[in-house]
Amino acid sequence: MRGLLAIWPGAHHGTRRLSPLRGDRVTLAHGGGGRAMRDLIEQIFTSVFVPHGTEDQARLMDAALQAPGARLAFTTDSFVVTPVEFPGGDIGKLAVCGTINDLVVGGAKPLWLSAAFIIEEGCAFALLHRIAASMAREAALAGVSIVTGDTKVVGRGQADQVFVTTSGLGVIPPGRDIGAARIKVGDVVIVNGVLGDHGAAILAARGDLALSSEITSDCQSLGDLMEAVFNAAPGLHAARDATRGGLASTLNEMAEAAGITVQIEESLLPLRDEVKGMCEILGLDPLYLANEGTLVLFVPEDQADLALVAMKSTPAGRQATRIGRAVAARGVPVILRTTFGGERVVDMLVGDQLPRIC
Amino acid sequence: MCLGIPGQIIAITDAARLLALADVSGVRREISVACVSDRPVAKLVGEWVLIHVGFAMAVIDADEAARTLDTLRALGETQEALDAMTDSARALAL
Amino acid sequence: MKYVSEFRDPAAAQGVLSAIARAADAIGATRGNPVHIMEICGGHTHAIFRYGLDRMVHDGIEFIHGPGCPVCVLPMRRVDECIQIARHPRVILTTFGDAMRVPGTRTSLMQAKAEGCDIRVVYSPLDAVELARRNPTRDVVFFGLGFETTTPSTALSIQQAARDGLTNFSVFCNHITVPPPIKALLDDPHMELDGFVGPGHVSMVIGIHPYDFIARDYGKPLVVAGFEPLDILQSVLMVLDQICDGRAEIENQYARVVPEHGNKVSLAAIDDVYETRPSFEWRGLGEIDASGLRIRSKYAAFDAEEKFGIGYATAREPQAEAEGCACGAVMTGRIKPPQCPQFGKGCTPEMPLGALMVSSEGACAAYWQFGRARITEPAA
Repeated sequence: MRGLLAIWPGAHHGTRRLSPLRGDRVTLAHGGGGRAMRDLIEQIFTSVFVPHGTEDQARLMDAALQAPGARLAFTTDSFVVTPVEFPGGDIGKLAVCGTINDLVVGGAKPLWLSAAFIIEEGCAFALLHRIAASMAREAALAGVSIVTGDTKVVGRGQADQVFVTTSGLGVIPPGRDIGAARIKVGDVVIVNGVLGDHGAAILAARGDLALSSEITSDCQSLGDLMEAVFNAAPGLHAARDATRGGLASTLNEMAEAAGITVQIEESLLPLRDEVKGMCEILGLDPLYLANEGTLVLFVPEDQADLALVAMKSTPAGRQATRIGRAVAARGVPVILRTTFGGERVVDMLVGDQLPRIC
Repeated sequence: MCLGIPGQIIAITDAARLLALADVSGVRREISVACVSDRPVAKLVGEWVLIHVGFAMAVIDADEAARTLDTLRALGETQEALDAMTDSARALAL
Repeated sequence: MKYVSEFRDPAAAQGVLSAIARAADAIGATRGNPVHIMEICGGHTHAIFRYGLDRMVHDGIEFIHGPGCPVCVLPMRRVDECIQIARHPRVILTTFGDAMRVPGTRTSLMQAKAEGCDIRVVYSPLDAVELARRNPTRDVVFFGLGFETTTPSTALSIQQAARDGLTNFSVFCNHITVPPPIKALLDDPHMELDGFVGPGHVSMVIGIHPYDFIARDYGKPLVVAGFEPLDILQSVLMVLDQICDGRAEIENQYARVVPEHGNKVSLAAIDDVYETRPSFEWRGLGEIDASGLRIRSKYAAFDAEEKFGIGYATAREPQAEAEGCACGAVMTGRIKPPQCPQFGKGCTPEMPLGALMVSSEGACAAYWQFGRARITEPAA
């Protein structure tokens, strides 16, 4: 049972009638700590996230925490994406799913989130309402509560409409211990679906390349998917969600931590035609495009098929597929076997991928 | 200087300014067709062109493409024939 | 992807590779005594490494990586001058992504952007013209670089801007041409070159006849090649077949895209907008006669050199490279990237000493990025 007193500094919960916000944009007055700020917080955030509570902190308990051998999982992440709304989601959805995913890839059941907002003077209330609604929806889908938070307002130009930071708490049940250090030679590498949709969607949404496409961000929370995998393949060794820097960066990190080489097959990499097309036009490598709902798993060979079957029965895992395996170290962390039959190294991203003409 | 990608012209967006909409695997962009305007631009719809930095630089010749592929495939058949000859020679030598 | 996937089909690779092997054997090429084939264009260098072609072909074939990377050969002082332009408060400096990280004498466009210059990556010079239209109080300058593939697009953009009567659009012209450096390499007595894989997209614009002098005066074969792995392999085979037959001709493997006489509209636009500079500096190669383009005086209003008072003066000496940089030797094929003492040590993609490590099609970056030199086998 989850009991909590939930809180938002500056908000006043309970029986006070909510007064409507004046105007349609955030001003510096809304950051002043006074009535305007209270109204902003209640109208936009706590009315959507938080039932009630009046203290400076959320006071939380979950029975699962008390099981001997259970561990608390704790993570935080900041979100500064531009544009703040894009096909397939917005900064709020990213912030909720991103932090939930950081918890679940450690084997945790996600429970509670905090949400802090830095809002640029002039930001429209309507935008903030949409972001808050988005966050509430994603949290509910994942069975997670947003229990505390903060808001600040900065002058025009000092933030890009809104920045969001979410921290998350979850419980790792006794007996679960996954991590890159547990990866073994022979492990099969599996991903849950197509790669690079988020990065491609953002590029298209930025508008300065004047490309239009139907690609939407793959942003989604992966808790149900992870639980399905744990049930079917309890011997799972490691999991991570591939985000910035693309699949390539995630594989490099995991392989280095494990001291092995990951060998991936180009022919097995799942990619939407449109993402391939965009990469060809701009000279980008889809391995480096950002993802927001992509799970990378290292599973012992004898459980790989079980894991795949289980993943395909969940919405987030329909297109799950093997992409390679862990082999004894071969001088570099990640090697790609090309569709053409040759081999090449896949490095960590250096700086940002830029479109090229050559 | 090299990154050119084949794409299909799906519409003329501004005939006077020689602009068209090109499609590359579902990604679309307005491009200039000035370089391939030796024919009435309306005739470009449906054609495949080589696109570089927002310009269609050449109409892709489907016959030439097929010819190149045929030559490549023929090399594969030559190789198979050679392998077969080697295999049968080996078999006879046993 | 149509016209792409078919030319990446591995099933067809074996046939070409075997034919290459037969031809190489017939020539008597071995690892110790190889046939030297130069791929001129940086895009070909990139593809060769991306698909591992140099490891797949017969041992007796050695690829010499040529100077066809317009970003790599950009003189440092031109990067400096571009940054100077970007520092004007009214200026929006637009550029292809390739140029962002190229080191000038002290800094790069990427760093200048971090320092507050308004520098934006665009996909097409048309987007820069559009930016000028939408921002009438700003001066939009386009960093025009590239070989003949890209030159027509800036020329056509300038013509469009002129027709539209724009007064706030200009191009900082650094366009260069392919035939002159090839001649310079062929004249270099230290170069061992037996044939060329020719630049497919440059040829799409200029046709195949500008290379006639290579066969006629130097007796070397050149095959104009497409950019997919099967295109490159087929072109290598065609070069070897010529050598076997004792022929030296200019052939066109990329006939689906490259017309024999090039693209009329492009050539007319280039001629209308540009004229050849007496000479131009190529980083790592020095001044090469008649190899660079500048904007004609009739389009002076669109010439950033005019607007910002930056001329091109023939340098008495090429600008000194950073200490230890051997880009010139790599670019002319004298040494391979791993043979540069700085490769992977003082010069890496994160901290490039010279341009060949910055541009993704520079030989060093391609070697490093796809770097099979770094793949080892596990200890037994």
